Amino acid sequence: MELSGGEILIRSLKDEGVEYLFGYPGGAVLHIYDAIYRQDDVKHILVRHEQAATHAADGYARATGKPGVVLVTSGPGATNAVTGIATAYMDSIPMVVITGQVSSAVIGSDAFQEVDCVGITRPCVKHNFLVKDLSKLAETIKKAFFVATTGRPGPVVIDVTKDITDPDIKIPYHYPDKVSIRSYQPTVKGHPGQIRRAVKLLLSAKKPMIYSGGGVVLGNASEQLRTFVRHLGYPITSTLMGLGSYPASDDLFLGMLGMHGTYESNMAMHDCDVLIAIGARFDDRVTGKIAEFCPDAKIIHIDIDPSSISKTIAVDIPIVGDVAGVLQAMNHMLETGTKQIQKKELAAWWKIIHGWQNKKCMSYDKNSDKIKPQAVIELLHEITGGDAYITSDVGQHQMWAAQYYGFDKPNRWINSGGLGTMGFGLPAAMGVQLAYPDETVACVTGEGSIQMCIQELSTCLQYGLPIKIVALNNRYLGMVRQWQEFFYKERYSHSYMESLPDFVKLAEAYGHVGIRVEKPEDLRPAMEKAFAMKDRLVFLDIVTDQLENVFPMIAAGKAHNEMHMSPHCEMPQSSERELS
Amino acid sequence: MKRHIISILIENESGALSRVAGLFSARAYNIESLTVAPTEDPSLSRMTIVTTGTDQIIEQITKQLNKLIDVVKLLELTSGPHIEREMMLIKVVASTMAQREEVKRLTDIFHGRIIDVTPSIYTIELTDSGDKLDSFIEALAEHKILETVRSGVSGIALGEKSLHI
Ligand SMILES: Cc1ncc(C[n+]2csc(CCOP(=O)(O)OP(=O)(O)O)c2C)c(N)n1
Ligand SMILES: [Mg+2]
Repeated sequence: MELSGGEILIRSLKDEGVEYLFGYPGGAVLHIYDAIYRQDDVKHILVRHEQAATHAADGYARATGKPGVVLVTSGPGATNAVTGIATAYMDSIPMVVITGQVSSAVIGSDAFQEVDCVGITRPCVKHNFLVKDLSKLAETIKKAFFVATTGRPGPVVIDVTKDITDPDIKIPYHYPDKVSIRSYQPTVKGHPGQIRRAVKLLLSAKKPMIYSGGGVVLGNASEQLRTFVRHLGYPITSTLMGLGSYPASDDLFLGMLGMHGTYESNMAMHDCDVLIAIGARFDDRVTGKIAEFCPDAKIIHIDIDPSSISKTIAVDIPIVGDVAGVLQAMNHMLETGTKQIQKKELAAWWKIIHGWQNKKCMSYDKNSDKIKPQAVIELLHEITGGDAYITSDVGQHQMWAAQYYGFDKPNRWINSGGLGTMGFGLPAAMGVQLAYPDETVACVTGEGSIQMCIQELSTCLQYGLPIKIVALNNRYLGMVRQWQEFFYKERYSHSYMESLPDFVKLAEAYGHVGIRVEKPEDLRPAMEKAFAMKDRLVFLDIVTDQLENVFPMIAAGKAHNEMHMSPHCEMPQSSERELS
Repeated sequence: MKRHIISILIENESGALSRVAGLFSARAYNIESLTVAPTEDPSLSRMTIVTTGTDQIIEQITKQLNKLIDVVKLLELTSGPHIEREMMLIKVVASTMAQREEVKRLTDIFHGRIIDVTPSIYTIELTDSGDKLDSFIEALAEHKILETVRSGVSGIALGEKSLHI
């Protein structure tokens, strides 16, 4: 079969099993768009801004575990996509982004809509390719998917020059079943000796702590993690990216850790004697002050990426390997071994932890005459049965969603953790809703963030995506305001959102339903009404308490046992240790 | 902060060098010298990087380099017996008889070669370890140096050990 470059590209995507292609046309990709027009295997989703194409593909990938695929034109198309590529890179999301490039004959001549796409994206991709030779196109696409989805996943860019997509130049088409790259051998099995040492150390622990991260979600290892934790009966915490890897409703789960983690998680991190980090990378939002991180602990670290190990925190037992495989090996050893956990010491450790939990660090004012953002998230959980896909933007609302939704399943919590990209939530929700048309998808956002990709309301109408937008409207760039309150003596420099649009009218102008909620008593009926509208996008503009803060909070660079607490939490209980 | 020499075999593709250079600048690693040229296998380039850092930083550098998809193999030369060589071309004023004799004498002592001569200038070629080249420059202190060109370090492991695929 002889095909042109444009046809080869689209046919390769089909043969790769690609369902959706998120994109936006332009000069350099016109031949490719013509090939799209003449088939209907790969469904193209026309976004309203290339950033949204990348976030939508990213959301699709996070929810399904399959790679997200993007097509944009050269120059401004490519640069608009960069934020989304960097977002995916920071959170290790598998994605293949195809960018058009000017014809090879004019590369380097500052041609119309030319940018050095490979150069611009190099620091924020797992790998990138420039294809100038038609005979290499199919194979490069195969390589891109292979690199994006194996090992530690990540985005891969393929920059395709316009001349090789010329409809008049055809070559025989063959899409390889497999590729190998001699310089890339991603499958890693954990070292059995290291795994044995880790299990021995774990069983000797008196104050153990388990810390799970996004790697467990990405590595499809939630089942193995659950078995592991239940077997040991040890306390477990998760990073922002790891939420859902272990059920939030389980008694062994202490809540999130880090900057806005629970009191009990952070205190247990600080006091533990053995820590096992599973698919987590010791991000600075998690560790706080490096010098005082888990000061008394021996640390075990499982990660698929060797460069994550001992990058910021030196560890005692590193295990490089795929998390599911390593956990499975550990579970096998735990089940067949004769050695037992330290029952007496563990009981004493849990007693201390229960003391910390009694502080009820997540309490907030339930009698306010203003709508409390925490209450909105708790109600969201109730109305959706805790089973929705929740995407979020970045700010206070993101932290409240993470803290109060209580994720019991992996792949349900979809947010930009590493890059912290405002504007992520709505387009990401589009990708999720396309992947799962019958599931409930809600985007928890702020009045600041939603305006960064608001144009996508139009895309949602075109493709009939019944996303529920839950906007916690505090009229502030709330997270910025919170820092200004705490660290800049309430000098609220440019964090007040003046001249907000009427979001209800805006939603209506885009052809959707808008509902404004101003009083606590109206919240439940409004939310119920919104979520009952199964086939409409509803924009819930919820006017929340303007000055609410996210608690607990560890200031940047402080230790885990130095937390700002909510004024509403209980006073310390008997076994409580003084905060330094 | 110790000096380390890292040798890598990397795919001989456009952009491979910028991936390595970009990694060093993006992660704020030191780079003292970097040399690169094709090998007997035209699909591979050999790169030699001289860097300094704590053990922890050097460990990160090697891991991050290994993570680059184009890097085929890596060897930290300074972790075992090895030899390093650098080539220097240096242009020195040698116009009086005394100057000419002295520069010639120093060149002989350092096992260099005078490769170009004018009535007022000697151009010398010297290949040795980096410190020897430094010493030669120091020894020439009395003389006016017009230009120095150093190749950057190349290195190879001694004995059986070799970096190949
Ligand atoms: C693209 C981008 N620009 C700036 C920031 C910095 N930033 C982090 S949170 C935040 C405020 C977000 O405001 P809003 O969406 O209203 O959420 P809130 O904190 O009020 O819940 C800002 C500006 C960011 N994360 N992303
Ligand atoms: Mg806000």
